[in-house]
Amino acid sequence: MSHSPSAVEQHNPALRHHFADMEQQRQASSLGMWVFLATEVMFFGGMFCAYLIYRYWYFNEFAAGSRSLDIWLGTINTAVLICSSLTVALGVRAAQMGKRKLLVILLLLTIVFGLAFLGIKGVEWYTKFQEHHIPGSSFSADDLIREYPQIRIDPSHEQIFFSLYFAMTGLHALHMIIGVGIFTFLTYYAWKGRYTPEYHNPVEIGGLYWHFVDIIWIYLFPLLYLIDRKPLK
Amino acid sequence: MATAAITAERENYLNREYGIRSWLLTTDHKRIALLYLLSITFFFFIGGFFALLIRLELLTPAGDLVQADTYNKLFTMHGQVMVFFFLIPSIPAVLGNFLVPLMIGARDLAFPRINLLSWYLYIIAGVMMLHCILTGGADTGWTFYTPFSTAFSNTKVVEAGLAIFVAGFSSILTGLNFVVTIHRMRAPGMTWSRLPLFIWAHYATSIIQLLGTPVLAVTLLLVVLERALHLGIFDPTRGGDPLLFQHLFWFYSHPAVYIMILPAMGVVTEIVPCFSRKRIFGYKFVAMSSIAIAVFGFLVWAHHMFVAGISLYSALVFSILSYLVAVPSAIKVFNWTATMYKGSISFATPMLYALGFIGLFTMGGLTGLFLAALGIDVHVTDTYFVIAHFHYIMVGGAVMGYLGGMHFWWPKISGRMYPEFLGKLAAMIVFIGFNLTFFPQFILGYLGMPRRYWQYPPEFQVLNVLSTAGSTILAVGYLLPMVYFLWSMRYGKIAEDNPWGASGLEWTTTSPPPTFNFERTPEVTWEAYDYAHIPAPEEASVEP
Amino acid sequence: MSEPIVSSKLYLGIWITLLCLTVITAGVSFIDLGPLNTVVALVIATFKALLVVLFFMHVKYASEKLSKMVVVAAVFWLLLLLTLSMADYLTRLWS
Repeated sequence: MSHSPSAVEQHNPALRHHFADMEQQRQASSLGMWVFLATEVMFFGGMFCAYLIYRYWYFNEFAAGSRSLDIWLGTINTAVLICSSLTVALGVRAAQMGKRKLLVILLLLTIVFGLAFLGIKGVEWYTKFQEHHIPGSSFSADDLIREYPQIRIDPSHEQIFFSLYFAMTGLHALHMIIGVGIFTFLTYYAWKGRYTPEYHNPVEIGGLYWHFVDIIWIYLFPLLYLIDRKPLK
Repeated sequence: MATAAITAERENYLNREYGIRSWLLTTDHKRIALLYLLSITFFFFIGGFFALLIRLELLTPAGDLVQADTYNKLFTMHGQVMVFFFLIPSIPAVLGNFLVPLMIGARDLAFPRINLLSWYLYIIAGVMMLHCILTGGADTGWTFYTPFSTAFSNTKVVEAGLAIFVAGFSSILTGLNFVVTIHRMRAPGMTWSRLPLFIWAHYATSIIQLLGTPVLAVTLLLVVLERALHLGIFDPTRGGDPLLFQHLFWFYSHPAVYIMILPAMGVVTEIVPCFSRKRIFGYKFVAMSSIAIAVFGFLVWAHHMFVAGISLYSALVFSILSYLVAVPSAIKVFNWTATMYKGSISFATPMLYALGFIGLFTMGGLTGLFLAALGIDVHVTDTYFVIAHFHYIMVGGAVMGYLGGMHFWWPKISGRMYPEFLGKLAAMIVFIGFNLTFFPQFILGYLGMPRRYWQYPPEFQVLNVLSTAGSTILAVGYLLPMVYFLWSMRYGKIAEDNPWGASGLEWTTTSPPPTFNFERTPEVTWEAYDYAHIPAPEEASVEP
Repeated sequence: MSEPIVSSKLYLGIWITLLCLTVITAGVSFIDLGPLNTVVALVIATFKALLVVLFFMHVKYASEKLSKMVVVAAVFWLLLLLTLSMADYLTRLWS
């Protein structure tokens, strides 16, 4: 598994001394991030489980709630995240090729896309607030009951939809915020020239995290926004 | 072969640096293990204190020591503290942290700083839990069932939930560290099939920690949100399903019991070959059974919900799966027994604990099969039968495994021998006290005494008195090692590198080890448990 | 470094594909396919996720099988949680 390190590698300042060589360090930190992402799958998974069960029980209310979400903003946000995944992937590539300036630009673009996503999310949540769709004492499903007389809506079941909507998008947004934080650090260190073709693992594993958060949204989008958009009779 | 004088002066991980900063900012896995040792021992006292209060109340049929509400808090806090702040971390965070790098020939875990973070998360969680306890605690039972926990309880549910949420991340990070370390940091020649089975056990445990704990975390988060924001996800009057909580809770909490037992099994698998002077019988079976327990353990959770309202068909499926999960555990018991057969057995303290484990775990495990049978479960669920069942496994099993491991590796950890006579005495006291405490509870449960009740019909008193008497004996048995381990750090006989003549890379380095574990990275060319080629120690810890 | 450098053209191609699939999934949701709506939505989402995992996250190019196994294990465990839980809900009214 470990080869005898080159002279340069042995003195690579990034080598932590419990590792035999840079390759072992790189493999360990990659595996560590992958395993962490597996735990994140299960973390979100609990909420997906709750979602699945209540969608099965209260399809009507889930459909109505889904219709009340802005499909344009949702689609745009999905596109925003997809663009951010592109910049991340290109950023890792820039690091692999030692292109420092390009790397910094791509990391900054990623942050911009992330902030754009959060901004749009904020707008959506504010709309929900105005529509009294935030669960709690001020929750009201009256507008949905009026708007969709063809769908039988029980307000407490509707509230469950929105509880899950906010819990899931909230947890996702929290992960985005953390991602933006991580990428801020990465951008700073990239600008300082810390990443080279021989050592850029933090960029790679930061990228893995970002892609994961994107994948969660790839599932959240149809599950929350596209439950039932068929034209109503 | 070092003499006592040289060993005492040699630099090791304990004397390399002094001062509180060198401990609180350490990234040395061995020091972190000791930090955990102190912390979990502290919480063991807290949890044990609640246990004694419970047993004191149950001395008499009437509810005369504490009020009913207080009693609810006692058993809740006993369970929460013992499960999340003692049992789950115990062996992995203390013995695992200390030994995993040593056993595989590495200089440290893969992520030493994350290891320290794990401990700090545990401490933060512990402080939160202590504050929760001191300001009244929760009364929901350690299981937090909804809608009582979310809508009706007037106690510190949110605090307790958040404390356990934080502790969960400590557990996840420990598991992450172990998995990456075992995959990536094995010394040259240390192939998977040469790994000590303690490592396999901790690998399996880590898988459970990684894949199960996040579900508990998100579930507790939902409970906290529901309670704080009056959401209704688990409230039946508002369309929520209380069973959804139970499904999500037990999806973690059943595998959690395997987090508690697998490391102890790993300990026993190290002790038995050493004190039988024989290699483990069926290495591959023991290794694979650890993985099987980890995987199957995720398939049985609804056996905690047989009477809660799940469908009959899913109950049938979960019942069958619960029978299946017993098989790999039984395989281990057969392998330990076969290892001892025609071995050269000696009865040092670690071996006494290991033998106690095998017997008591078997009893606990078999009574689990009683519970897995739907018909019997309807009768004994939520009675003292269940309590006896899980205490046989968690105390008769896991805690005995922990104590056995602490005695076995104490020379390596501290560089000192504990007093052998007191060790044996304490082991016997623990064994007697344990059985006196918990065997009557099987009978009580079968006769119908419900759990979590603070009063009971007078005909149950005799058995309850026996149980309480046992608990005081058990307490003495637990206090003794704490005293003599401390005593040994100053006055104990200085330990050699390998006082037991055991196999394993940890025994090839000094007692205590140097900070970076080995003078030179080991290159492994021999199989595990090579007892045919390891001479038995002359003294074999005979003297007191 | 043991990971090959993927061409930026390939990344751009994946990116375009992902965007197209997003538009398609949104558009299809307006067409009445009955129960198939959900299936189509999930299939598209899974395909998108696979593209991200295989290409953006380099799993297709990984020299070690371990990261693939971790992904498979995570998905498997999630499905365990979902299916065994749903099994209770789907069969509650049977008896």
